[in-house]
This record gives sequence, C-alpha cells and structure tokens, in this order.
Amino acid sequence: MRGSWHVHRSLSSFAVRWRLRMTLTLALLVLLSCSSQTSDHRERLEFWALGSEGEAVASFIPEFERRNPDIHVVVQQIPWSAAHEKLVTAFVGEAMPDISQMGNTWMPEFVALNALDDLGPFVAASPVVKQADYFPGIWATNVAGSTLYGIPWYVDTRVLFYRSDVLAAVGFPHGPRTWAEWREAMQRIHDQKKCRWAILLPTNEYEPITMLALSNHSTLLTPDGTRGAFSQPPFAGAFAFYVDIFHKGWAPAVSNSEIANLYQQFAQGDFAMYITGPWNVGEFRKRLPPEMQDKWATAPLPASDASEPMGISMAGGGSLVVFRASQHKAAARKLIDFLSEPAQQVRFYELVGDLPARRTAWQSPLLANDKHFPAFRAQLERVAPIPKVPEWEQIATAIYDRGEAAARGTVPPAAALRQLDARADELLEKRRWMLAQARSRNAAVAQSRGGASR
Amino acid sequence: MKSTEARAALLFLSPAIVLLSVFFFAPVIAGFALSITDFDLYSIGDIHNLRFIALRNYGDLLGNPIFWTAFANTLYFALVGGPLTVAVSLVAALLVNAKLTRWKALFRTIYFAPVVTTLVAVSVVFKYLYHPRFGIINLALGALHLPQPDWLGDPHWAMPAIILLGVWKGFGYTMIIFIAGLQNVPEELYEAARLDGAGMWRQFRHVTLPMLGPTFLFVGVVVAIGQLQIFAEPYVMTKGGPLNKTLTMVMMMYEQGFKFWRMGYAAAVAFVLFLIIGAATLVQMRLREKQ
Repeated sequence: MRGSWHVHRSLSSFAVRWRLRMTLTLALLVLLSCSSQTSDHRERLEFWALGSEGEAVASFIPEFERRNPDIHVVVQQIPWSAAHEKLVTAFVGEAMPDISQMGNTWMPEFVALNALDDLGPFVAASPVVKQADYFPGIWATNVAGSTLYGIPWYVDTRVLFYRSDVLAAVGFPHGPRTWAEWREAMQRIHDQKKCRWAILLPTNEYEPITMLALSNHSTLLTPDGTRGAFSQPPFAGAFAFYVDIFHKGWAPAVSNSEIANLYQQFAQGDFAMYITGPWNVGEFRKRLPPEMQDKWATAPLPASDASEPMGISMAGGGSLVVFRASQHKAAARKLIDFLSEPAQQVRFYELVGDLPARRTAWQSPLLANDKHFPAFRAQLERVAPIPKVPEWEQIATAIYDRGEAAARGTVPPAAALRQLDARADELLEKRRWMLAQARSRNAAVAQSRGGASR
Repeated sequence: MKSTEARAALLFLSPAIVLLSVFFFAPVIAGFALSITDFDLYSIGDIHNLRFIALRNYGDLLGNPIFWTAFANTLYFALVGGPLTVAVSLVAALLVNAKLTRWKALFRTIYFAPVVTTLVAVSVVFKYLYHPRFGIINLALGALHLPQPDWLGDPHWAMPAIILLGVWKGFGYTMIIFIAGLQNVPEELYEAARLDGAGMWRQFRHVTLPMLGPTFLFVGVVVAIGQLQIFAEPYVMTKGGPLNKTLTMVMMMYEQGFKFWRMGYAAAVAFVLFLIIGAATLVQMRLREKQ
C-alpha cells in the first residue's frame, strides 16, 4: 500500500516535471518566435497604395523611416482594377489598413460606410498641409458636408488637346477660348475639310458631357444630391451644345472601342480636337510621329460665357485617407505630412508622372517650363467635383447612355434629359428616404428636448 | 410497426436531408430573402438603413435595359455556344471512338486537356491570341489576306470570340460523356442496320442518335447550366465590354453586388437566373419525355 503510494507519487512527480519542462520549452519557443517577428519595436503602419503609385511610393519610405525611426511602413501594392473591391471587402471584414490612397470618386462610398477619419484637426495642426496651397476644386472632393476626409496627393483633370496646325489654319492658333469660338472652329474645320471630323467625343464616356455641363454651371444633381438636375437649363444648355456637335457632323458617334488607334488617327487628321487627361501627354509624345510633335498643343476647356477665363473641368486624382479604425493615426498623419511636402510631390511627378496637388510644387521648372502642362496648371484653378454621392458611377453610365441616344438621334434631347432625371431619381431613392429618416429623427429629438425643458 | 419503419426511413434519409437543407434550401431561401430587401452600401455602414421592399428589386430589374442586354447576351452565348459545344464534342467523340482510330487514349487526353486548364489563365492566353496586331490568330488571317478583326474590341466580334474560347474549354468534358454513351450502344444494332443496307449516315441517324437520347439529355442540361452561368471569360477578357456586348447575367450580378454593393438587387438577378436555369432544364426534360 505504501510502496504503491510511493511509486504513484514518484510517477506523478515525474509527470509534473516533464510537463513543466515541456511547458517551459514551449514558452521559450513562443517567446523566440515572437521576438523574431517583432525584433524591431517600431510602430507598424500599414499603407495601401494602388497601381503605379504603389510601385513608386515604396522608394519614398526609406527616407520617411530615416526621419521617423520609430515607425515602420508596410506598403501593400494593389492593382487599380481590384482596389475598390478590396477596400470595401476589407472594411466589411474589419481588415483595413491604417492609411490608403483613394481615388477621389470613391470617397463618397467610404464616407457613407463611415470608414474614414476626420482629418480637419490634423490639417489645423499640420506644419506641412496648408489648404491655401491646394486647388480649391480638388480640395472640395475630399470634403463631405463640412468634414475633411482626405488630403489630395496628386491631381488629375482633363483639358483640350488639339492639332495646332489645323486650328491655326482656321484662325484659332491658341485653341478656342469660348463656346462660340469653339463652334466656329468646328464649323470651319468641317467646311474646309481640314480634318475628317473636328473633334472626337467618345460616346461611351460621360466625362465630355459632364465637363460641358460643369462649364455651363450645372450642379448635375440637386444640391442635396437627392434628385437629378438634368432637365434644368444649365445642363440642358450643355447637352444641346453636345448633341449639336454630332448632328452637325463635327464629331462621329463612335465609342472608345471603335477607335482602333487614337494616336495614329489624330496624326493622320481624322480629328483635330480631343478632351483628355495628363496621362495622354506622355502617350502623345511617345506615339505621335516626330513630324507631328510641334503640331499639337493643349489648352484649358473653352468657357461657356465670354466673361469667364475658361471652362470648368472635372476634379480628379487621388487622396490619402486614414481609416477610423486605425490604431496608428498619429503615425499615419506623419506619413501624410511627409508625402505632402512639395519636394516629395515633385519627386513623385518625376517618378510616376502624376501631377502634384500643391501650387508650390508646380513652380518646379520641370512643370512650369513644360510645353503642355501649363494648360493643366491653369485648368486646375477651375475644376469642380462631380456630385459626391455613392450612386454617381451608375448615374454617369446613364449620362453617356442617354447622351449617345440623343447624339445618334434615336431620342429627342428633351426626352433624353427627362429619362436621365427619372433614372437618377430612381437611383437616389434610398438617399431621399435616408434624409427623410434623419430629418424625422432630428425633429423627434428636438421635440423631446422641447418637452423636457417645458 | 409503421412508426418504427418511418423512423428508420427518416434516419436513413437524414444525411441527404441535412445536406440538401444546408447546401441547397438554406442558400436559396437566404438568397431570396436578400432579394426582397434593399441591402446596399448604406446598409453595410448602418444596418438600420435596411428596408424590406417586397418585389421592387424584381420590378426595377425588369425595367432596366441593362438587364435585358445581359439577358440577351447570355442567351446568345448559350444558344450559340451550347449547341456548338454539343456538336463539336459529338464529332470529337465519334472520331475518337471510331474503329479505325489508333492511339485512342492519346486523342482522348488531348481533347480533354482544355477542361482541366485554369479558366483565368486560359482567358489570359486567349487574350493574347486575339490581340488585334500581335495575336497569332490575326497573324494567320493576315498571311491569308483575310480581314483581321479586333476580336475583343469590336462589338460584333467580342461575343463570338468568347464563345470560341468557351467551346474550346468545354467540349472535352461532354466528349467523354458521349464516348461513354457510344460505348453503350450494342454492336448488334449496327450489324442489324448494316444487314438492312443502312450506310454510315443512316446508321448514325437511326441507331447512334436514338441510342444517345439519355446522354443528350444529360449533356444538354449540364451544358445549358454551364453556359447560362458564364462569367470568368468575359470578366477576364473584356470586363463586359465593348458597349456591354459581353455583359452576361452573372457579370451583371457581380457588378451590382461587388462594384455598386447593391446586394439585394444582385440577389434578385441571381434568383432570376436560377429560375431561368430551372426552366431551361424543365423544358429539356419535357422534350425528352415526348420523344
């Protein structure tokens, strides 16, 4: 009995010791593996950057980390085509990065998701980001209500590209300045058969119509973004101008995909004007034959009214945003500060070709002395955001769809605009309902407060 | 006695019942439930923004011209690509199964190979083959002095180009089923037909085809379902373009669901597609019954 007890005890004590040893070994292993992962004690900042910007930005990080030895930036490069889905999925799965690049047309969606951090206090305290140095139209794309959700990183807008030899031959060597001149120029090019068509406005792009409407001071949607404002005079006037270009035969009713080689066709005189963005400056230089290189130029969009210096183009580009759920907001803001420095902006332009968001950066001789970019610089002072509603992309599809129908003459312009309004109203129904809900909630709150005070 | 029998039956049926409920009935019911709400981006942000809207998604869908475009494109793909797949695979099966053919296993493997390739990888390869200037197809056409269409960029050619890929990718599978069907045809029938003086064509027409009846039903249903669900090929190669000419119903569902985050609306598209596939299957079964 005693012996068995003894044996039992020694066995159990052996088991205990063995278990202890195992536990210690395991704990040591865990500790070792942990320390090998976090051998640097720096704060880990996850940064999602998209496409070519994502490739280029990696080379900025060493300098940032040198200046901020306690921060380690992990750049996750995401292709543009997958970025939007990935960001929303990450939000749903609560796997957001701390900071991300974001196309500024996506901002309304993430604002609706309540995913973004308010950057107003950051800008108020930032030694680098000064609102006055940014283009107002671009800045506005980052503001929802009165809250700032993003800091412009690079900008993008569209201007008029034209064959300077053709436009000079019809009397507008510097390009048309107003809609009246524009019409006259197209008429002359058409009559004198200078080019096959005066202008190319691809019918599967909503941008040309939208820019004409912005130039004509249309808000596109009603100011609260709950209904279409397409039948109202500013949009209707721009739409008539657009449709007329096709009906007069100044532009072909073709889509992008029916243009086999844009550059070749521009060079051989298929069309004399085209509205496009900064990425095409490089393409035109590369792809137009050498003898064409001094025969094309850029100009700001023509003004709808002669009293204005130029038309109004669309505010595009990318911003840097910080996510609400981030645990490293201070570090994220340091990175924004760093990337917003004019010197870094110029370097970014050199690396990727993205146009800088800050006026100071544009003073760099690289841009200021360029032949084609000053037109963009001028235009950037007159850009406007497209309506900041998540439904915009679907409304945009309807814009070019109805625009094409009217351009081809299958639907009269007035009917097309009515259909466009109907479609927008249908898509924005949920917004109207939500606003009504919010209003009745506020009213209820006000009423209960009133009752309490009484 | 009765109740024990019933209980035993239930016990034996339960694995099937559980599997069916978990993997079929529950998702279908959940999908339908989603389709009668307006679950969207706003609802992801705040669930209080979710509304029950009965059949409004379906009403909107039927009034949306894009839906009809997607519907027409899907039918185009299924009605041209489906029969083409069946025809090509039947011909391939007859050739591989012919008595004169040597190295049967080799040919069977070669024709079956596309089935086991990765659809996305193959789509990327075909994108290169279809390249208007450097693609091997247009280089060959150019050498023969034939017109060289911009396969994936031209609204008229994009869908045929995708159908071609679909047929190439899919015919091997149905070919194997046809070979199995052909091998089940008793040799005596052919001998009897030959004694009656039937030539190759009449043997095929009056012996092979009728004997393949059940195989045709199976192949028809499987191919139809596969064709109506086409997604990856246009998603990788054209993104639904040019001019929505390759936008299919599943593409539309994907776009509405994961691009615009209108999950309720996307679920309605899915449910309509489910009904269409169900109807197509029923029609085929009825047709076979009549024969």
